[in-house]
Amino acid sequence: MSARVYLDYNASAPVWPEAASAVDEALRAGANASSIHAPGRAARTRIEDAREAVARLVGADPAGIVLTGGGTEANNQAVRCSGAERVLVSAIEHESVLAADEAAEILPVTPGGTVDPAALAHAFSADARPALVAVMLANNETGVIQPVAEIAEIAHRHGARVHCDAVQAAGKIPVDTASLGADSYALSAHKTGGPQGVGALVLRDPDAAGRLIHGGGQERGRRAGTENVAGIAGFGRAAEIVGERLEDFAGLAALRDRMEEEIRAVDPEAWIVGADAPRLPNTSMVVMPGCESAAQVIALDLDGIAVSAGSACSSGQVRIPYVLDAMGVDDAEARCALRVSLGWRTTSHEIDRFVVSWANLRRRTARRVA
Amino acid sequence: MISLDIDKPRADTRVVVAMSGGVDSAVTAALVAEAGYDAVGVTLQLYDDGAASARKGACCAGQDIYDARRVADAIGIPHYVLDYRTRFRESVIEPFADSYVAGETPIPCVTCNRTVKFRDLMGLARDLGADALATGHYVRRLPGPDGPELHRAVDADRDQSYFLFATTREQLDYLRFPLGGMTKDAVREEAERRALPVADKPDSQDICFVPDGGYARVVERLRPGAAEPGEIVDLDGRRLGSHDGTIAFTVGQRRGLRVGGAGEPLYVIRTEPEARRVVVGPRAALARSEIAVGGLNWLAGAEPPRRPIPVRAKIRSMRPPAAATLSATADGTATVALDAPEHGVAPGQACVLYDGERVLGGGWIRRAAAAVRP
Repeated sequence: MSARVYLDYNASAPVWPEAASAVDEALRAGANASSIHAPGRAARTRIEDAREAVARLVGADPAGIVLTGGGTEANNQAVRCSGAERVLVSAIEHESVLAADEAAEILPVTPGGTVDPAALAHAFSADARPALVAVMLANNETGVIQPVAEIAEIAHRHGARVHCDAVQAAGKIPVDTASLGADSYALSAHKTGGPQGVGALVLRDPDAAGRLIHGGGQERGRRAGTENVAGIAGFGRAAEIVGERLEDFAGLAALRDRMEEEIRAVDPEAWIVGADAPRLPNTSMVVMPGCESAAQVIALDLDGIAVSAGSACSSGQVRIPYVLDAMGVDDAEARCALRVSLGWRTTSHEIDRFVVSWANLRRRTARRVA
Repeated sequence: MISLDIDKPRADTRVVVAMSGGVDSAVTAALVAEAGYDAVGVTLQLYDDGAASARKGACCAGQDIYDARRVADAIGIPHYVLDYRTRFRESVIEPFADSYVAGETPIPCVTCNRTVKFRDLMGLARDLGADALATGHYVRRLPGPDGPELHRAVDADRDQSYFLFATTREQLDYLRFPLGGMTKDAVREEAERRALPVADKPDSQDICFVPDGGYARVVERLRPGAAEPGEIVDLDGRRLGSHDGTIAFTVGQRRGLRVGGAGEPLYVIRTEPEARRVVVGPRAALARSEIAVGGLNWLAGAEPPRRPIPVRAKIRSMRPPAAATLSATADGTATVALDAPEHGVAPGQACVLYDGERVLGGGWIRRAAAAVRP
């Protein structure tokens, strides 16, 4: 088999060699970043350099960056430790937000895949308690970009605070926390080509975080536990790299759009979820009617192409994308959706291979149905 | 080294192997892979097995899925898990409950093979461009003048042909059963020789989604109110006792009746769910010499013969085939006349027809069975 084609960047981006080196160096250097001695201070330097790089990526104050054990932890901390009496989350949030407060009220999305600001305004008219609103910046499955600034404006007008899961957006599109106006953001290192198991909670007010992990006073008392120096160093390096490559990433849209056109030429009944909304340049959710997601992912994998069916649980099983359900996509069609997510190293040749493989599968399934 | 009799270079021949997590399908996968085929393992999650299987390494899937994955790792083949819970509930569990409520004794394994495995999983295999679907069933697929034939397994104690009678000719064409010519002991030896992680795993028992044989509880949960108390009566309608629900009784059952005394042993002759009655009688009253069969599936030719033919009929998984005459009609029903009466003919079970080792076809035993007077 020729080289594998990796089109699952939204699940995890391949690590940058420079980020891997940064991890390796920090791991070998060792020491506890809280120690007073020279090795400890060197570790501290790695953390603070990384913190500044992460802050730069999203236009934030380094003082407001809480380094966590990943995007899920950051989302959990933002939602569970907000102190709000009422939590409102969009129906298409990542599970780390949805599951963080099971009593949360769900904000609907439009058929186009964006959260409806009018629904939020309506939700405030019925209940005036202090609230937290959680809306992601870009959806992990469809890539659809959410009207976070508008949501934040409405929420603030009603005295609510806003958390924004920016895990999929950071590094892929320009993220300026100042102009977006949310009170906190979640980031994840491995979505940007950093190591897994590292993330950040970005706070507009550096002192506004409740504690999720209790223990020592690390991260200015906002996240206990000896810092994952190596992971954090890798995160910082990846943040620098993707920050410099935002233009390259924007260029992926041309490749992605060509792929979508070619797929639609093979099968005019195939369609793209959220195609009319602003989307991440790299993400495409393709519906191949009559062929279930699992069959698509397996068939493509056997052809050496790594894609995803959207959300998969830890055992690797495919589930129905609740995101499509929230958008009102018919259940039978939602079962046939495939997420293709491109990245910094995706080539035109790889997209060709994907289209050929997708078309072959389409021909096989069409024959079976006929 | 096995051959799957497919006219292509083996490396270009994709074979999907249904892996349950047990030793049989593990050896099947190993044999297919070692023979040089492009083997792809697939495991179906059919139901939620809850905390009972939350042992080592289990995540949201159970132990069997974990085992199947580890076996595939050991063999070195790709392996995928498919969530078939909804299909399995709709195609197998719900009809199973309905059948019990209607006073029948269903065989969910036949339904599962016919629908979830040989319709849905086979559809997936075709989507994947596979040339065949291999399973660990103990049954043989042999070439015949009119295409592949289904035959009993060499290991008579393990033969699963009774559970595969509903396989269509088209499905049979695509299926492969590498274990049909092996004994169970030989299969275990193959597993041990390769140190497969499931070599010592005990055989699965009974119905996979029914814990500890307590099928009545499963039916009660699915069909609340189905288990209503009623009377146990003799053949003349005399009340002998009471019961907590007809679903707990199957034709031929002797235990758990809590009626009778010193007289001859009593058996369940039939259940009458509408009247909430369980009818019991002496063993002789179970005797049936004519069986009405519906949903006939015919494997020995395009359609069943128009004239009566001699066959051997197997009316329960644990009964040997018995001499009989098959009279089939064009609408998929048939009458099976037994040379000697059988005593365990239960509606909902399968009546599978053999010519020696070969499976000719089979159908479902219907309630209209005529009683012979003792």
